[in-house]
Amino acid sequence: MSTVVLLLVTGVGLGALYFLVASGLSLIYGLMGVLNFAHGSFLTLGAFAGWAVARAVGTTSWAGFALALLAGAIVGALVAALTELLLVRRLYERHIEQVLVTVGLSLASVALFEGIWGPDPEFITGPAWLDSTTSLLGAHVPNDRFVVIAVAAAVLGGIVLFLRRTRYGLIIRAGVENRAMVTALGIDVRKAFTVVFAVGGAAAGLGGVLASQYFGYVSPHLGGSLLIFAFIVTVIGGLGSLAGAAVASVVVAVLQQVANYYWGYGDLVVVLLLAVVLLVRPSGLMGRSAR
Amino acid sequence: MSAHDTAVDGQRPADDGPSSADDVLEVRHLSARIAGQTVVEDVSFTVPARGVTAVLGRNGVGKTSTLRAILGLVERQGEIVLGGTRIDGERTDRIVRRGIGYVPEDREVFAGLTVAENLRLAERDARVGAARRELVAGLFPDLVQRAGQRAGTLSGGQQQMVSLARALLNDNRLLLVDEPTKGLAPRLVAEVADALAEAAERVPILLVEQNLEVVDRLAERVVVIDAGRVVHTGPARDLLDDPARVQRLLGVHAETAADDPGDTITRAPAGPTTEEVTG
Repeated sequence: MSTVVLLLVTGVGLGALYFLVASGLSLIYGLMGVLNFAHGSFLTLGAFAGWAVARAVGTTSWAGFALALLAGAIVGALVAALTELLLVRRLYERHIEQVLVTVGLSLASVALFEGIWGPDPEFITGPAWLDSTTSLLGAHVPNDRFVVIAVAAAVLGGIVLFLRRTRYGLIIRAGVENRAMVTALGIDVRKAFTVVFAVGGAAAGLGGVLASQYFGYVSPHLGGSLLIFAFIVTVIGGLGSLAGAAVASVVVAVLQQVANYYWGYGDLVVVLLLAVVLLVRPSGLMGRSAR
Repeated sequence: MSAHDTAVDGQRPADDGPSSADDVLEVRHLSARIAGQTVVEDVSFTVPARGVTAVLGRNGVGKTSTLRAILGLVERQGEIVLGGTRIDGERTDRIVRRGIGYVPEDREVFAGLTVAENLRLAERDARVGAARRELVAGLFPDLVQRAGQRAGTLSGGQQQMVSLARALLNDNRLLLVDEPTKGLAPRLVAEVADALAEAAERVPILLVEQNLEVVDRLAERVVVIDAGRVVHTGPARDLLDDPARVQRLLGVHAETAADDPGDTITRAPAGPTTEEVTG
């Protein structure tokens, strides 16, 4: 029983990390049709920014941790918005070029991060409570899992509120359905593109700080390793569906944890799940049938 | 014969000199391409600042593409002048904010948004919106009752009301309305025509319409397009009172279409008609 509880909570925690990356990917694809392969770079940069701030303030203090989260979100949002404004904006409707540019940015940014911070992981510590465990139904669950889950839930709630209660949210929801008609109503949908990139970048930046806490290190390759699973989650959930991304994140991560524990083939099981979903329901769990 | 060789109605060709001060829109030598194919070629016409100007033609001749080209929704070349200002180099959203309301073919409401959200999204100026909301509520009381309903669950007629309401919520200088009665039951066709007639008292309308009864009721002027070119412009009455010309230009008998709102020119035989060209 305790093993099952531990696997479940750890899986949901990992799913929360996947969601923080996948939410941005899904929103960006849903509105703009852009597969953003540079999204992992926003996460990595957010993680390093958070690490730098935490070191300055004190890595073991709650203030350092809170400021690290804030710095990760802000840096992620800024870099994502700049990426949209300077690179992606010129390439809408040019999908091959988008892929080339975002893949290129992803590779170049890893090289840049290695140049600045070195290729090796930097091991980090957070507030003592995060490194300890809480007993839950007999299982000793690392506390950082609860924090990751809580932050991801707050991000999900915040994005839902943003989409439902703000004019930009309304524009984004409409734009996901029919971008041309939004412009035909006199709305400059490009501003919404920048906002979506910034929101996605902020979530990824937060994910970077939490991932470095979850895994215990920050490295130039942190974003890339999570991005692969975030893409899988986004496809399984349905491209453009935030709810789909949330559900798929948890399903994929829990399955991965369970398969890893019992058979040691967690990654293979995730890829098999992706194949099954693509064969049975190509639009994903909650996606539209075609774009 | 070229599309601009003759002017049998004795009117000034649209591309012959500047437009009248009474024209809200002037289109000069407009061409449009979709996926590399030319769908509109060297189209010129003007839209007066009052009343309804109907764009007529057989299916697939470029009527919808002409409206979309005016808005910049398709790749286009040529001059488009709105109220004396060239707009052909501008983005769609800027063109619309200059005062063009668009009611697209097939409504294109946002299915996942509620009726109220569809309308709120369309409101460009909240100050104007308050008065306009009253107008729209008066025209389409059904939409008020269904404000919280998702637009995708509405009937075709109700979706058309949403689409029209979106355009009427703003203080526009011109409405582009594309086949508003397409696929609607006769009773709804009459309702839509009523709404357009009331709207036309406030704002000029460039109307693409296949239903000649609706054209007969609403339009003062017609522009006939065939094979991507303008082949006739002039008073609507002149065209509709001449069954032979209707047959030749549109491929349908005017009385037949007027008797049955569901009977459209889509039944017309194929084949371009380009011998009759006026400004």
